[in-house]
Amino acid sequence: MASRTSTAMSFLTRTRGRNGPDWTDWLCYGYLLLGVFLMFGPVIWVTLSSFKSEAQLLEFPPTFLPYGQISVEVEGYDDALPLFEITAGEHAGKRLAQIRRIGIQAQMVDPADPGERIDIGINDRTPVREMTFAWSNYTDLFEKFSFMRYFWNSVFITAMATIIMLLFNSMAAFALSKYRFKGRMTVLVIIIATLMIPVTIVLVPAYLVVAKLGMLNSPWGVILPGAATPTGVFLLRQYMLTIPDELIDAARMDHASEWKIYWRIILPLSAPALAVLAIFAIMWRWNDFLWPLIVLSESEKFTLQLALNSFQGDLNTQWHNLLAMTVLTLLPITLVFAFLQRYITTGIANTGIK
Amino acid sequence: MGSGAMGSLLSGIFTPLFAAFMGLFERPMGWAQRRLGQSKIAWLFLAPNLIIFGLFTFLPIILNFYYATTGGVKILPEDRVYVGADNFKELLTCDDYLNPNSCNKDLFWKAVFNTGLFVTLQVGFMIFFSLITALVLNAEIRARGFFRSVFFYPVLLSPVVVALIWKWILQREGILNGWLTSLGLDPIIWLLSADWAFFWVIFVSIWAHMGFYTLILLAGLQAIPKDVYEAAEMDSASAWRTFHRITLPLLMPNMLVVLVLALIKGVQSFDEIFVLTGGGPGSATLLIVQYIYETGFSVQPQLFGIAAAASLMLAIVLLILTLAQLWLNRKSVDG
Amino acid sequence: MITLRATLLSSSVGLAALSVGAAEAQEIRFMCYGDGNECEVSQDILDRFEAENPDIKVILDKVPYQAILETLPVQLAAGEGPDLARVTDLGGLSEYYLDITPYVDAGYWEENFGETLNWYRKGADDAGIYGMMTQLTITGPYINKTLFDQAGVEPPADDADWDSWAAAAKQVAEATQTPFPMAMDRSGHRIAGPAISMGAKIFSDDGTPAIVDDGFSAMIEKFVGWNQDGTMAIDVWGGQGGASYQDAAQEFVNGQLVYYFSGSWQVGRFDEAIGDAFDWQVVGSPCGAGGCTGMPGGAGMVGFSQTEHPEAVAKVMDWFAREDNHAELIARTKNVPAHAGLAASGIDYPDVSEQAAAALGGWAQQVSKLSPVAFAYQGYPGNRAMFNATVNRVTQAIVGELSVEDALARISADVEEAVAEAAK
Repeated sequence: MASRTSTAMSFLTRTRGRNGPDWTDWLCYGYLLLGVFLMFGPVIWVTLSSFKSEAQLLEFPPTFLPYGQISVEVEGYDDALPLFEITAGEHAGKRLAQIRRIGIQAQMVDPADPGERIDIGINDRTPVREMTFAWSNYTDLFEKFSFMRYFWNSVFITAMATIIMLLFNSMAAFALSKYRFKGRMTVLVIIIATLMIPVTIVLVPAYLVVAKLGMLNSPWGVILPGAATPTGVFLLRQYMLTIPDELIDAARMDHASEWKIYWRIILPLSAPALAVLAIFAIMWRWNDFLWPLIVLSESEKFTLQLALNSFQGDLNTQWHNLLAMTVLTLLPITLVFAFLQRYITTGIANTGIK
Repeated sequence: MGSGAMGSLLSGIFTPLFAAFMGLFERPMGWAQRRLGQSKIAWLFLAPNLIIFGLFTFLPIILNFYYATTGGVKILPEDRVYVGADNFKELLTCDDYLNPNSCNKDLFWKAVFNTGLFVTLQVGFMIFFSLITALVLNAEIRARGFFRSVFFYPVLLSPVVVALIWKWILQREGILNGWLTSLGLDPIIWLLSADWAFFWVIFVSIWAHMGFYTLILLAGLQAIPKDVYEAAEMDSASAWRTFHRITLPLLMPNMLVVLVLALIKGVQSFDEIFVLTGGGPGSATLLIVQYIYETGFSVQPQLFGIAAAASLMLAIVLLILTLAQLWLNRKSVDG
Repeated sequence: MITLRATLLSSSVGLAALSVGAAEAQEIRFMCYGDGNECEVSQDILDRFEAENPDIKVILDKVPYQAILETLPVQLAAGEGPDLARVTDLGGLSEYYLDITPYVDAGYWEENFGETLNWYRKGADDAGIYGMMTQLTITGPYINKTLFDQAGVEPPADDADWDSWAAAAKQVAEATQTPFPMAMDRSGHRIAGPAISMGAKIFSDDGTPAIVDDGFSAMIEKFVGWNQDGTMAIDVWGGQGGASYQDAAQEFVNGQLVYYFSGSWQVGRFDEAIGDAFDWQVVGSPCGAGGCTGMPGGAGMVGFSQTEHPEAVAKVMDWFAREDNHAELIARTKNVPAHAGLAASGIDYPDVSEQAAAALGGWAQQVSKLSPVAFAYQGYPGNRAMFNATVNRVTQAIVGELSVEDALARISADVEEAVAEAAK
């Protein structure tokens, strides 16, 4: 099983695995490393930024790591004082604590010699900083609202929607790929034609339909409308076309029912396509925002994405909480993906043998 | 291996559950099969999908037809005023069809032109890079699983997050300009120039979506039987020739799936771009879905009639495209 | 199948339990969005309300602002939606509001919210009480005083016009090597105040919109010119499209901006983010032929007529209007009071620096300078369409897609179309 991986590209890269790495290998790895940098870098940056305090997030130019200014306790002062490094003038190079700033002068004090006050121009000092993680961005979330409830709502909607979608779409794809019946072409054309209509542009009529059906503020109002995705039907049908009809004929000889043929033969053989669609469905539902926003208006029914966006106001957005929430929203889907992607590979490998 | 054990444990639970669930439908479906016969039962398989599809996709589209022939700013269909083809006329009135500024609805035409250019470039480059990446990932490399996940990872991000990340990178004093200055170059205000903004909009949407297409192409590559290549190697065919004669033709079904899906996604592009540029600078990156969304829904006054008319025209164009594609697809399969 | 039936059964039992509960207490829902702590403070005030009114249960749903702006109108049109909400399109939703006059002391409301009650009404002959400003905002400029000090430039006097402010800001920016002399939020509401100051009348004599006139054109021309010559930070308007909102608070907080035309809502955020880094001040709007006005605006609390419990809704609103509760709301959210009694007695803001307290005082003084045109514009139900047309087209002029003349013509055409469609 493991050896099959060494095939397709070897001819292009001239790697034979015998003469050690040659330039095409370096090219490959160079490309991959660039990929890691481009694809992963921004995500890591978001994660690091989620540990920045509100003021740090506004900082120009942004730092990569979360930094905070160091404060020191100075004798004779009740509160800790922010520490600065002096960059010019007679005290250049010293580290002084700032008592207060008046206009363009700062009153500072040497922590080692708290008795004496020193006046410094505000352009002659820079803050001394160290890495600090603003955990409060995260702890706030759990205090401010019921994270677990939103999490559960999201999981329920995502899981149900994915299962229903896989079931219904695969049934439809089976019918469209393995039967010849009157009206097949019509159905196919309608499905494929609407494949391209984004929900965004039928938002209002779709809302009116859901409202008439009494599904507002119910998870089903979010789950059902997206369950019959043309994309899924199309993807699965294309895959099922490659499954040889002889298998079905043989099963019919053995008096298997059509339903059995569907779930015993077709479904397992479509596993790779189903896995791809599952990943598609999961991330699609998990990140869905516009449709849940219009269907759900009671906060106890909210999904994570809706709760996440409640940090967006009219005139101001609370980025520090929004980012922390983003990372938390990202975590579960990352885990699901890390788990499922192994299944895809094995699924692909299994069907690859044929 | 640990994960293998976990996998078999999970499938040990999953398989009987799945079988029990599917078994529930055995009797009713068997009964239906006896009543309907073998070919009509296809409709039963289609039914759940068609019902949902009809209610939540088809019916709204029909309602959209009605909206397209009405005017005013009222939301409920019964409150609206019939205006006939006025909305279409309004959208289609231009002095010079190649110059959006001369049109009644200048922004609609800007959006049409922008979308055409965007989809062409975005889909073209995305398929190109997905193919390269899939080929590299299919080569004899270490840590393939890791690299594959890396390329796929951005697909998991929500559009808002994607836009946000790149907004930070591209802002006047963002990281990218920081690098430019440290190299002694002048910083560029990326999203202020129409050309750069268009470039970045394409770049970011490729960045966010190519992982998915790479995965599909990679699956296709791995499904190509090994012996085909062994035969080619024996004939000492050149690398390019092997790629051109064996890999590409065998990959064609996957390429078609990728092309169709990428085109659909491309035409529907909206969220990331909307948050990243808002369609700006000016209207340089305004795409058709954003135009429809803003005209009919998010921006006052809500002109549902105009938006519905625009979406119908979009749908007709897409229908033609899709049918052309189906036809090509069939031709390539038959021939 | 058994499990399925069990779930159905248990959920219907759950439903029954719910409806029994509903008969005992009136449940109303308040849809709230927040720029900061507005919803949290409202929740505290509601907790006390529920303690005093055990028969009414108020559930606060904190939603994204987008829900208020985009989905609430659709929900209301379909007869759905919450009982109460915090909204910003005050006039646009007026057909759905609940008149609370029968349930409250109308005299108290008229006396204290007199001027702003009009913003919620359907027209001139409507005398109902529909809503209360929970966040009154005024647009106007902030300056980075420290940069002025460093440059040795004296800020222009109260009656200075736009040109002298632009010249001063440029001088300061050059002397201190600050990248941006001026910036203005990307919003048609923000640029309306300056335009009115320049003499724009916005409406014709019969009250219909006639947005483009000499005063308006003069301001737009100046503004576009300043964006193109670097006086204004061009990314704020030019870097966006459509009607999307963009502020320049980040630049101001980082000391990279000398003069920032925004509004009173920034005080809390500036106080937090700037801290002791530099001195900032509220200065009055620049003057012109039409006065020295900003725009009033903000968010208000309204009830909807489709509610099943109108009396409870009115009770909640009245609770928020009560002087002590209203004072708490305004003080803790760091806003300017719209309540006349509180405005007269002054608000005691807890946990703010002297600087922020001075700024809030500065904003309160600006209220008297607001032009009647500005009030009329803010109170016009179709004003959103006018703001959006302005922002969209002026941006196109800034980035060079349209000439200023064409942009102004497009603004007129867009507004005319909006008025015509609204009349259908």
